[in-house]
Amino acid sequence: MNLRRDVFQAIADPTRRAILLLVASQSMTAGAIAANFDTARPTVSKHLQILTECELLTQEQNGREIHYHINAKKMKEVADFIEPFRQMWEDRFNKLEALMKKHKPK
Amino acid sequence: MEQKTKIYAEDGKQELVISREFDLPLELLFKAYVEPDIVEQWMGTKVLKLENKKHGSYQFETTDPKGNKYGFNGVIHEFIPNQKIIRTFEMANTPFGVQLEFYEFEQLTDDTSKLMMHVIYESVSQRDQVLQLPFAKGINMAHNRIQDILTKVK
Repeated sequence: MNLRRDVFQAIADPTRRAILLLVASQSMTAGAIAANFDTARPTVSKHLQILTECELLTQEQNGREIHYHINAKKMKEVADFIEPFRQMWEDRFNKLEALMKKHKPK
Repeated sequence: MEQKTKIYAEDGKQELVISREFDLPLELLFKAYVEPDIVEQWMGTKVLKLENKKHGSYQFETTDPKGNKYGFNGVIHEFIPNQKIIRTFEMANTPFGVQLEFYEFEQLTDDTSKLMMHVIYESVSQRDQVLQLPFAKGINMAHNRIQDILTKVK
């Protein structure tokens, strides 16, 4: 599957943000990551796959185990993590627009 | 879906630009920045003072659900109706410093208008901190979620 993933879509999900937060402190195997969630293992694998496709996580083969690392460079790109900031303004401006559409001149 | 609000924040610069097009005539858009009772509604803040004139100043106050009060204030350097506002902005008792804001209001058609907000910070790191505030909040929520999950597992 060569579907290109959107990084912002990746960090929009709370579980994926939680995974990033976990792996940010130390590299971990998929099993160790999954142990932190009560979600089904395949669901966590799916999240890991998406984060890897977006290059927010990188994989490293260590003997029989695969360790996941955070990709600091990509994180910095997202990074400056503008999307939540943009969303905050979007919400605010939407409110302004809705309010003024109803506005009756005095 | 096209995003109506755009943010331009180049890496390593101490400024950013926010732009937005509105389905509103220019006069109505400008009014939303001028009339205290309207500002209160869309900004979700209390307006203690708002002097819309050159050398005027403004003071807002927000109360969170716990009853903590947060003050915002600044002075107005330029005020040209339906066209331009230049003002400073500061969150009281925070390390984010004072920012300089240039608002440009522009008519697109009779029923649409555009706002360009150009914001300049004291330093690159101050700008980046402000940019990351909402993201940090999201991460904290994710962190609380992990805590919840871990507590449930026990």
